[in-house]
Amino acid sequence: MSLVTEASTQPAAAFRVTRSRRNVAWTGIAALVVVVVLALFPYIVYSGTTAILVQAFIVLTLASMWNLLAGYAGLVSVGQQGFVGLGAYFVLIFGLHGISPFDALPVAAIGCGVAALPLWWLVSRLRSGYFAIATWVLAATIMLFIERFSSIGGGSGMPLPGFTGYSSTLLTAYTYWAGLAVTVLALVAIYLLLRSRLGLVLTAIRDDEVAARSSGARVGLARMLVFVVAGIGCGAAGAVLAISQLQVQPSADFSVTWTAEMAFATIIGGLGTIEGPIIGTAVYMVLQQTLASYNAWYLIILGLVAILVALFARRGLWGLVDERLNVKLFPVGYWLRTANGDRRLGSRRQN
Amino acid sequence: MTAPVGDEGPVNGERPGNGERPGNGERLGNGTPLLEVRNLAVYHGQLRALDAISLQVFPGEVYAIIGANGAGKSTLLRTIAGLHQPTEGSVLLDGRDVTQLRPERRARQGIVMVPEGRRLFGSLSVEENLQVGAAYARPGGSWTIDAVYGMFDWMRERRSQRTAQLSGGEQQAVAIGRALVANPRVLLLDELSLGLAPVVVQRIYGMLPQILATGLTVLLVEQDVSQALRVATHIQCLLEGRTTLEGRPADVTAEQVEAAYFGLAGAASAGQAGEGMDSLWPG
Amino acid sequence: MAWVNAIIQGVLTGGLYALFACGLSLMFGVMKVVNLAHGDLAVVAGYIAIGIITVTHVPALWSLLIVVPVMAVLGYALQRTLIQSALDRGVLTTLIVTLGLSMVIENGLLQFFTANTRGICAGCALVQDSFSIGSQIQVAWLLVVIFAVAVVVLLGLQYFLSMSKYGRLIRAVADDKEAAQLAGADYRHVFGIAAALALATVALGGVGYGMYSTLDPTAGTDTILLFAFAAVVIGGLGSLWGTLLGGVVLGVAQQIGAQINISDELLAGFIVFLAVLVVRPQGLTSRRAQS
Repeated sequence: MSLVTEASTQPAAAFRVTRSRRNVAWTGIAALVVVVVLALFPYIVYSGTTAILVQAFIVLTLASMWNLLAGYAGLVSVGQQGFVGLGAYFVLIFGLHGISPFDALPVAAIGCGVAALPLWWLVSRLRSGYFAIATWVLAATIMLFIERFSSIGGGSGMPLPGFTGYSSTLLTAYTYWAGLAVTVLALVAIYLLLRSRLGLVLTAIRDDEVAARSSGARVGLARMLVFVVAGIGCGAAGAVLAISQLQVQPSADFSVTWTAEMAFATIIGGLGTIEGPIIGTAVYMVLQQTLASYNAWYLIILGLVAILVALFARRGLWGLVDERLNVKLFPVGYWLRTANGDRRLGSRRQN
Repeated sequence: MTAPVGDEGPVNGERPGNGERPGNGERLGNGTPLLEVRNLAVYHGQLRALDAISLQVFPGEVYAIIGANGAGKSTLLRTIAGLHQPTEGSVLLDGRDVTQLRPERRARQGIVMVPEGRRLFGSLSVEENLQVGAAYARPGGSWTIDAVYGMFDWMRERRSQRTAQLSGGEQQAVAIGRALVANPRVLLLDELSLGLAPVVVQRIYGMLPQILATGLTVLLVEQDVSQALRVATHIQCLLEGRTTLEGRPADVTAEQVEAAYFGLAGAASAGQAGEGMDSLWPG
Repeated sequence: MAWVNAIIQGVLTGGLYALFACGLSLMFGVMKVVNLAHGDLAVVAGYIAIGIITVTHVPALWSLLIVVPVMAVLGYALQRTLIQSALDRGVLTTLIVTLGLSMVIENGLLQFFTANTRGICAGCALVQDSFSIGSQIQVAWLLVVIFAVAVVVLLGLQYFLSMSKYGRLIRAVADDKEAAQLAGADYRHVFGIAAALALATVALGGVGYGMYSTLDPTAGTDTILLFAFAAVVIGGLGSLWGTLLGGVVLGVAQQIGAQINISDELLAGFIVFLAVLVVRPQGLTSRRAQS
């Protein structure tokens, strides 16, 4: 009896568990402002700058997808270039049937998502090393298969139809907005995904796969979903690529360099965090722009930096920042809010 | 030697074997122990597996570490072998600090372990396993592959057989042979009896005198307390990473061992303790 | 008759693929390393050979006397430094590091040698000549020589692994590297030896490829790496002679594809590779069930 009365006279709990720190509202507003400012760029900057930014958008989308695959689902794919090329060719095929490339973009992305399903069936049972090679072979096979058809350009590619009627300025602007839209949608989708229950499963897989399985989480289903989402994202990026190049070219669109770039941007920025790919893409663009006149040097440096980061700074640049400041732009973890301040719950392990 | 849980002096003259073993009276070799562990602390991640462990093994001794599952026995042996790095403390071989040495260097200096579960090279034959063991042997020892064949009569005929096809006891014999041909000074035996029938275990432990006769020293971990007490010249009991008992088998009572093993508070009443101890005590 | 020629050529090309594959099988089997730079290292060997020939004007095959030891030393060094550090940190790191190495090598070659294709000894008799069987079958001498070299290499590797001290150590370390440590073996050194062997064989493959076809900076990832993996997977990981069988199956599949449609040569090979990966990833020679 006395226990019950004691409990009822306890003070109300002095803490609560939330999804984010107090200051996340500011981060959200800041992100919105950034997006709006970026959207205005075609009106304020030169077309050279928007073209560079389109490249950045493509790499950022790809890196975010690779991060989702490798950092959260434990799937190290060396074949995402297959979806990049597929996205590009979907746009071409729709264009040949009279659909404007900008209208074709979302359909191309969905198409890649659909294509991801049988591809997943082929590779899902393979483990790490075999999985990586299998995805690469798949991408190479898709490219070789597409190259057989001269109606879509064969081995040398062809220009994208459906651009007549667009003035140069309009084309640049629309291409830019398409790239921006794809990137924003990709980041938002990943953010929402990781905050959902699926996201919880993925974070569990990221931290300890065996424990995740034994606790009943639907690991296989979660991975398939991630593979499909990554297919959609990479396909959308490929569509933007084709639009920005005004052509498709199999050796460029299906090049394994895409995988290297998205993987390195992710690793350098920080695997297993949403902010990581953003930072990594920034590093990549800086390298590319400053070394562009030296041809292949920026890729050499990129590779070297990726090796160094993978060996010596495994949580990437964002990981270094995160350790010091406990900052999260995209809150997907859990925080303990008490009268004395906020504490992050749990800790992250990687690889 | 002190037995932290009470002290009762020499007991039961009936315990077999201990009277003939060296080290039963004074410890041989005054001065430097052959193998010494000082104040060892080992962590598995956040879990403290060993805390302030010390021991000294003198040449010719059979030092047994006993304790329940998870007490830290294997961790201690693996740390001595070099597979774990301690956060505190040191391991000394013949007075020299070997704590910073990698496992293979320690093996070449004379600390050779027969690991838990045998861990033979499954795709290699019996003879190839022994050849690998001899590849980095300390020069000058008497344990050649031929000598190992001499000790286990069945081995020479089946030396080309892949070890995956051998029985548990045969595999254990090959594992011991592999360690012997490395010409160790201290032989570490980790849970020899695991997974083997008692009669096989007896036979294997029966080889110890032969091994000791060639000048080796043995440090072993054993879950079977009565087996350990039969062969050891010194024992140390671990519980949750700490030493609870240390001494010569002749100097400790059944109740003391039981208390140390299970962590019971003192040797409370000899009568009560005595009933449960029958299974632990060698008959 | 075109078919017979094609099959023969496919079988013989299997020898070249086996040279690429046996090193990969060694590294994958012993150290569990998926070396994405494997193909690029073959190309590096080819470029070194070209450099030596250009500077010293020796006959092409003499360059091997330098190329093979150099690549072996390079293999040991790479393993002890880069790859071991990556292995200590996990599978993902190993893939990233080898992918990074591949990028650095390819773009480095691109930067210093341009994208032009180069052949080794294109005018040599060895490369040009062929002999006839009957009146309708033509067999290139080069392919026969490469196949013979592959067989000799595989025999040598088999002998080394089963008879020599380091061969036993390599097999022991592959089984249980911790137990090998307890027996006194430094597994990092043994891994280095295995990598040295792997790169020595890949050097032979690279030079052979330079004579049979042409070399360019991206040949490593465009074709060689996937051919090597195909041969390993089809033949079955863990079997040296399996790499020859896998290489032959790949070569024959490619030639059959080429007979059906001239541009389907590569596609046919990759389809067979995919089929094996999906249906029987343990390969043709493995008696184990799916691992």
